[in-house]
Amino acid sequence: MRKINTEHLEQKIYEMALRAGVNLTPACAEAMNNAYAKESGQACAFALKTLIDNSKIAKSRQMPVCQDTGMAVVIAEIGQEVFLEGKPFAEAINDGVRRAYKDGYFRKSVCDPITRVNTGDNTPAVIHTEITAGDKIKLTFLPKGFGSENMSRLYMLKPAQGVEGITDAIVQTVSLAGSRPCPPVYVGVGIGGSFDTCAYLAKKAITRDVGTFNDREDVAEIERMALKRINELKIGCQGFHGDTTALGVSCEWAPTHIAGLPVAVNIQCHCVRCEKEII
Amino acid sequence: MIKLTLPLSKQTVEGLHAGDSVLISGTILTARDCAHKRIFDLMKNNAPLPFELKDAVIYYAGPCPAKPDMASGSCGPTTSARMDSFAPKLFDGGLGAVIGKGEMSDEVRQALKRNRAVYFAAIGGAGALYADCIKSSVCIAFPDLLSEGVYKLEVKNFPAVVAFDCHGGSIY
Repeated sequence: MRKINTEHLEQKIYEMALRAGVNLTPACAEAMNNAYAKESGQACAFALKTLIDNSKIAKSRQMPVCQDTGMAVVIAEIGQEVFLEGKPFAEAINDGVRRAYKDGYFRKSVCDPITRVNTGDNTPAVIHTEITAGDKIKLTFLPKGFGSENMSRLYMLKPAQGVEGITDAIVQTVSLAGSRPCPPVYVGVGIGGSFDTCAYLAKKAITRDVGTFNDREDVAEIERMALKRINELKIGCQGFHGDTTALGVSCEWAPTHIAGLPVAVNIQCHCVRCEKEII
Repeated sequence: MIKLTLPLSKQTVEGLHAGDSVLISGTILTARDCAHKRIFDLMKNNAPLPFELKDAVIYYAGPCPAKPDMASGSCGPTTSARMDSFAPKLFDGGLGAVIGKGEMSDEVRQALKRNRAVYFAAIGGAGALYADCIKSSVCIAFPDLLSEGVYKLEVKNFPAVVAFDCHGGSIY
């Protein structure tokens, strides 16, 4: 057994949130540079260049790369040999988020769903936990903007629809979103599981680096096929009609029921911000 | 690049076409979801609005707090389509232009034609770059809404693209 004080966890979340709000992931920055280098649409090239300049300004001034500093999504994969001591786990995470969003001059974007009154400190965070083997904690911090989140969809397909149905669902989601989610997007896809786990898989898929593919060859083939079809839509950066509508498609899968084929498509904008740390 | 100084004359608006790149300088007002709802509640009750609507330019945005050495925090556009139901009535009331991102409805396009107004698309996600264009920022209404309040911004050379022009043209 390994003891970890949750104050240590709070400090890690604080540091990860501060970094995430300011920086694109290196893989996303590289994908944006590549998109700009090969863009043939004039308006899209201008928009891509503006966004690349923007990420440099954010870095040099240490200010949010996008004003939508998102809901704070935290995935904690906790080894079962870890003993957490100190203040309650969720409280520690939320304290880290609260401090980071204040000290980083990040926007507070969380509100009551009915009254729309802002909670004032960007808490509560969206916290997912998984119990894993070992004595470490793997933390993932994903600030999730809602211009893109709003364009996400969940399909309960029939098993007979198969791979074609899955690919159609992914492409349709991006097509319906059009110019609104800040394309070029990064598309997270959950395949299988149940209604709820499928949506979680889609979110988790976004935390995988842009440009990587699933280890399973048939799943990777869905990613490649969907990406090809999405870029044939020619929505382009900002919807200005160009070559890159998506930077990538990332699928995660889980076994499902014999009667169903859930597919969740979670849209991430071009501003992929994600920090990972192992404690 | 077309340099525009606010407020825009009808003649200037008529000279703009979808796809034109522009640099905007002058006074703009931020308003997004909650502020629009409040403005509509005021209009419903015939109460005075917190700003003059005629020839105003509304920026669909909710900025980050400003760092001590800057006039504004990151301040890029939000998705305009969420304001589709509000925009036509505001254009009929004299609003000169809106700035946001992404496609808007056909009703908005008709309202722009009817009123010779314009919709500019800012580059979504370029919050830090837009903060650099903001020379001053003052909250003039609904401070309790935090970033969703109405902020009066003085901007200089704010880059955007004509998304919907007053002739019915669209970049989308």
